[in-house]
Amino acid sequence: MPQQPRLLQGNQAIVEGALYAGARFYAGYPITPSSEIAEECARLLPRVGGVYLQMEDEIASIAAVIGASLAGAKAFTATSGPGFSLMQENLGLAVMGEVPCVIINVQRSGPSTGLATKPAQADVMQLRWGRHGDQCLIALSPASVKECFYLTVTAFNFAEKYRVPVVIGADEIVAHMRENFTVPAPGEVEVIERKKPTGPPENYLPFAPEEDGIAPLAAYGSPYIFHLTSSMHGPDGYSNNDPANAAWRVAQLHRKIERYRDEIVLTQSFEAEEAEVLIITFGATTRAARAAAKQARARGIKAGVLQLVTLWPFPDKEVAALGERANTVIVPEMNYAGQVAGEVQRVLGPAKDLRRVNKYNGEVLTPAEILQAMA
Amino acid sequence: MATLEELSTRRELLAQGHRLCAGCGAPIAVRQVLLALPPEAHAVVCCPTGCLEVSTTIYPYTSWRCSYIHNAFENAAATLSGVQAMYTALKRKGKINEDFRFVAFGGDGGTYDIGFQSLSGAMERGHRLIYVCYDNEAYMNTGIQRSGATPRGAWTTTSPVGHVRTGKHEGRKDLTAIMAEHHVVYAAQAAISHWRDTVAKAEKAWEYAKEGPVFLNILAPCHRGWRFPMEKTIEIARLAVRTRFWPLYEVEKGEWRLTVNVANPLPVAEWLKMQGRFAHLFRGKGNEEVLAAIQADVDRQWSELMARCRSAVPA
Repeated sequence: MPQQPRLLQGNQAIVEGALYAGARFYAGYPITPSSEIAEECARLLPRVGGVYLQMEDEIASIAAVIGASLAGAKAFTATSGPGFSLMQENLGLAVMGEVPCVIINVQRSGPSTGLATKPAQADVMQLRWGRHGDQCLIALSPASVKECFYLTVTAFNFAEKYRVPVVIGADEIVAHMRENFTVPAPGEVEVIERKKPTGPPENYLPFAPEEDGIAPLAAYGSPYIFHLTSSMHGPDGYSNNDPANAAWRVAQLHRKIERYRDEIVLTQSFEAEEAEVLIITFGATTRAARAAAKQARARGIKAGVLQLVTLWPFPDKEVAALGERANTVIVPEMNYAGQVAGEVQRVLGPAKDLRRVNKYNGEVLTPAEILQAMA
Repeated sequence: MATLEELSTRRELLAQGHRLCAGCGAPIAVRQVLLALPPEAHAVVCCPTGCLEVSTTIYPYTSWRCSYIHNAFENAAATLSGVQAMYTALKRKGKINEDFRFVAFGGDGGTYDIGFQSLSGAMERGHRLIYVCYDNEAYMNTGIQRSGATPRGAWTTTSPVGHVRTGKHEGRKDLTAIMAEHHVVYAAQAAISHWRDTVAKAEKAWEYAKEGPVFLNILAPCHRGWRFPMEKTIEIARLAVRTRFWPLYEVEKGEWRLTVNVANPLPVAEWLKMQGRFAHLFRGKGNEEVLAAIQADVDRQWSELMARCRSAVPA
């Protein structure tokens, strides 16, 4: 049956994307503005033979997701700021144990409970640095319902391919807006499956990278018996306190991401090649930025937009390429400190004319506010 | 206990003008507990996130005429533990002379599930505080998702009803008994329909909280989540007791005692039928097993409770 266009909410599109990517396990705990993801999963997952579990809190949710992933499932959870904070310890385990999983963080205003129903983009640094220790993961940020779908598929692909947790840093605006969207037919969008071991089970080393830099991952329940611990471990998965091993492990967690950095870092540019005024943006603010650039061009200002689709690893190269060419760079974002602006300044240097537009009152940034920064 | 006339003259610590729904059971439970506070004592109230917290603290107002602290879902009992422990230390040193009492009001979400760890810790450490759960059997504040208190068979947005699923598949946690098994000084189960019983239990609670931890579990129906006409809140609560779905009892220093006997119970279906969240169980055929399982839950719970109640059953 041909797919029909549907008026989908961002949160629904995320669920559609997850199902498309083959996700068959969701464990979560309701929290505004992400609850529709849980509700959709409760409704849709059982129909495709999947599992929906409502857990007693967010700690339990991400722990169950890690467990299910190790049992071979594509697994995910969704939450917002307070819940994402509770997930940090287990996210560290997912990094350390190289467990593929997807976490949706629909950002809302904080700190703490904050404005529970209002949007923010203030978790950018938490996405990257929220948990302790030497660790890294991948974070993506959608700006539309369509991107909610495609980036969720991409998130699963990255998670499965690189054995890493992938966080989608959405926000209340994209999560709750509705747009027309047609779910693509099966096969139209690439779906990546995790690499499984092929050799004799007794030789299986769950943390020994192959030539591609990634170790194959067996499933509990398969003939490949393996050991996973949150403690420092060697290629065999057993605890290992040797300094040389620890250095190798920590480096490995980073190097696999660094090696595939160009595949992982996604950006979109809009009239940015010749821009004298470059707006660097992400998430829902992209929409205001594009409108502002359009209005600026109508007034004769050569303005363009660089949208950071991947937030982490940070798109240094892409920011440098377009940012160095522009006279002025504007970074609008819905947080006080300029979490992305700080990264952009790091890339372009302190001499760059970088203008921050920060809004942190729970309201959406408008094109007019971005235009003002061009004056 | 205080007479109704006396109670009516006491200053309400939860002021009118809050934004809880008309017909909401939660503020009725809170007021029945707070009215039993000795007038000379001060209260410190702690609420985890939930309908009660959100709706009584709408910007820029508050309904609380007393010290009040809010923390996120999982933290109320731990937060109040800190307040009470420091108060006790200061009191011991003679730096505070006033009589303060400590009470947390959480919904079943913040109590049965995410807040369970901090609640259990506070009860085990023996903090001198009251934890009151206003139990409306689902996460109403975030949009009617199932909780550990949701009964078998109930529809919620995360225990949907369809061709295969018939609402929640699992039974509910018996949290009052679990708290009693922490060997707290006083634990009781109450319902807003039985105000005299609830106020009597609350009076004991305030008194016992001077010695150690107290837990009250008060059934507070939610017409939005249970799907019944808003004027029927009290009736629904009363029927939960009349069907033995929600027995009223107390555990006083280890002594289990039924406080309201239900000699001739109505079938639990009479209570279920009044609520839209169970409507699917009465549409067509094929749900007899679920209905029988709910009745079996009720019967088992009652007989277990009877076995624990050594004292005479009141008339």
